[in-house]
Formats: sequence, structure tokens, C-alpha cells
Amino acid sequence: MPIATASQTIGPYWHLIEDPSWADLTRFGATGERITLSGTVTDGDGAPFADVCVELWQSDPPASDQFPGFGRSRTDTAGVYRFTTLKPGPVAGRGNAIQAPHLALWVLGRGLMRGLATRAYFAGDGRNETDPVLGSVEDPARRATLIAAADGPAAWRFDIRLQGAGETVFFDV
Amino acid sequence: MADPVPFRAYTPGTQPPYDVPAYLGTIKRHPLQPLHRLDQTITETTGPRFTAAHFPPNADLSRVDGKSAQGQRIVVAGTITDEDGRPVPHTMVEIWQANAAGRYHHPADQHDAPIDPHFHGDGRVFTDADGRYRFLSVLPGAYPWPNHRNAWRPNHIHFSFFGPAFATRLITQMYFPGDPLLAFDPIYNGVPDRAARERLVAAFDLDLTEPDFALGYRFDVVLRGRAATPMGI
Ligand SMILES: [Fe+2]
Repeated sequence: MPIATASQTIGPYWHLIEDPSWADLTRFGATGERITLSGTVTDGDGAPFADVCVELWQSDPPASDQFPGFGRSRTDTAGVYRFTTLKPGPVAGRGNAIQAPHLALWVLGRGLMRGLATRAYFAGDGRNETDPVLGSVEDPARRATLIAAADGPAAWRFDIRLQGAGETVFFDV
Repeated sequence: MADPVPFRAYTPGTQPPYDVPAYLGTIKRHPLQPLHRLDQTITETTGPRFTAAHFPPNADLSRVDGKSAQGQRIVVAGTITDEDGRPVPHTMVEIWQANAAGRYHHPADQHDAPIDPHFHGDGRVFTDADGRYRFLSVLPGAYPWPNHRNAWRPNHIHFSFFGPAFATRLITQMYFPGDPLLAFDPIYNGVPDRAARERLVAAFDLDLTEPDFALGYRFDVVLRGRAATPMGI
């Protein structure tokens, strides 16, 4: 049986395939509840990590000609990425479960041999209490790393700490 | 609603760990906590669709403004399949690489090697109905990097693959056969399983080679397969 090809780092020069407009998932005219999601990516020293490729995927609202569901943002010299997208609604979980609204993120950069997968949920959403993925993270402090904080009207902040204190939960997908 | 069929776990040893001490960049960037197991849901088993209509292909990296780049012209082609050997059709492939002198068309690359005005080094292709892709380029040069004394990256081409789901996303690098730098490269050697890393090395292919024009290299890629196929499909 064939075996999946090995990952290698995206390295420092992936901007050759970067199109900054991809960070705005509403650019094709999608209508709905528009939000921004931004945050700082930091390393084990707490230092901002520039030139990181952050990818975003959401299965809701469903992808269409107006809404790609997928975005890509580069962290700037302050380690900050930023997306504009539509706020997702709840989606089906496994069994009869409902998943609280969330965005899937994948983090790539020099020094990362593989992408790191995480999820951003929205603070204050009551459905977070019954979300099966959040519920599977037993330590409340770790679970909190998966919650984006309100940061002004329609703005959400989701920092990503790769290593050490406050390390973000990354998933084995 | 039936649960989505998950993609199978990676075969142990065939993917690099996050912590590769010989690759210094990993030291402060690898998580200390183990990855948290997640049962795949619709979030992971679905993914973006790109079409050539919205994302124009560029399958010829060997020319800019109609003028040929410097270097050994090459054809790179292959088939993308899943772990059941089924072709992955109509999926987007992104490509980027250094020029023949080992320099990227990128302001952050300060390596003292010539920039080639007729080489940008970025491409985008789509597989056909049988999972095949192909593009034209020039052989990328090796370049130094500040990892250890006299560190040089082997000749390589960067690739990005999507496949059918966010769970099948793959970023990797293709290498060239017989490159003496492979033995010293901590990124290539970061894949523990020898056969798995050797699959990152393209094969010279005389059938892909075009007479009087370009050398041919075959790079076949495998994306994750589904864990189980439901009966009747
Ligand atoms: Fe490179």
C-alpha cells in the first residue's frame, strides 16, 4: 500500500506563493456576519514569530463562489496574523453531537517540520460548554488556549503560543 | 447524519517529529505538550476547492516575459494518489523554488548569488482527472543557510498540496537524485524512516525528458487515505 508522503518545512520563502488578498475570505462578495480574527504567534521565548503562514479553514458557512472557506495570512514583523471572514455557525459533530462555532487553523513556518493544527472558538458562546472537542481537553487552562477573546466589535483575538507557558493546544488530526 | 469517514493515521516514522535538534529552528518552536488527539469531524474531513478558473495556473517557471531563465531546463511531473492508490484529481499544487544559482526571488534572501530577471520561481498547477501534474522549470541551485558550519540546503523544490480535505493538506520538498548534500541536511534527515525520506527524492526519467529541450524528473506524491471505505462504495 502506498504511504503518505512526508512533510517538510515550508521554510522562509513561501511568500513566493503568497497572495495577501487570501487573508480576506469575504473578498468575493460573501455576505453575512463579518468578523476579523487576529493574533500573535510566539515561540518558546515568548518572542514574536514573523513570516509564519497561518491557514484558516471553516466548513460553515459552506464554501461557494462567494466564499472560499479557506484563507492564508502571513505574520508580520510583530508576529501578527489577521483574517477577515464570516462568523461560522455550529456544525455537526460525531454521533448526535453539535460542535460550537469554530475556525480551524494550521500554522506553518521555518523551524516547523509539519503544520500545527489548532482551533479557535469564540468566548462567551454557550455552546462551548457542550462542544465535544473542547470537552476532551480536561485542563481548563489548556482548554482556554482554544478560545478567541472578543477584541472590539466583530473582532476576535487568538494568540498562538508554540511552546512553553500558555502553550496552545495543537491537535493530532 | 452519518459520521464522516476519517483519514487514517500516519504510518509511524514516516512523518518528521516537530523536535529535530539538528535543525536549530525547531528548538524554540516545537510544542512541549503532546498533540491532543482529535476525532475527525466535518471540519477536518472537508476542505477548500480551488479551480483553475479562479486560480490561474502557471505551469512554466522557466520563462518570464517570454525570456528564458538561466540554468538547466527541467520537466517535473508525477501522479498524486491517496494511500489506496486512487488518483487525486483536479487538486491544486503550489510550487516555489530558488533559481539556478540558488537564490530566491524574494527580498529576504540575501545570499550573494545572482538574481535572474527571467526567473521568479513560483508556479501553480492542477492535477488532471487521473491525478497527474506537470510543470516546466530550471534546476534549482543549492544555497547556504545559517544552521551549522558550512550548511547548504540540497537542491530542492517546495510543494504545497491540498487534496480533498483539510486533513490531507501537505507541504513538502522534492529533492534530486544523487545529491551529496542530502546526507548533511537536517531537514531531509528529519524524517526518521529512511524509505519515507527517500520517497522525497525525485527519479530521473528518460521518458519525461524532452529531446533537445529539458531533463525529466518524476515526483509521485501520496496524500492520506480514508481509514476505512464503507461497504458498497
Ligand atoms: Fe528552500
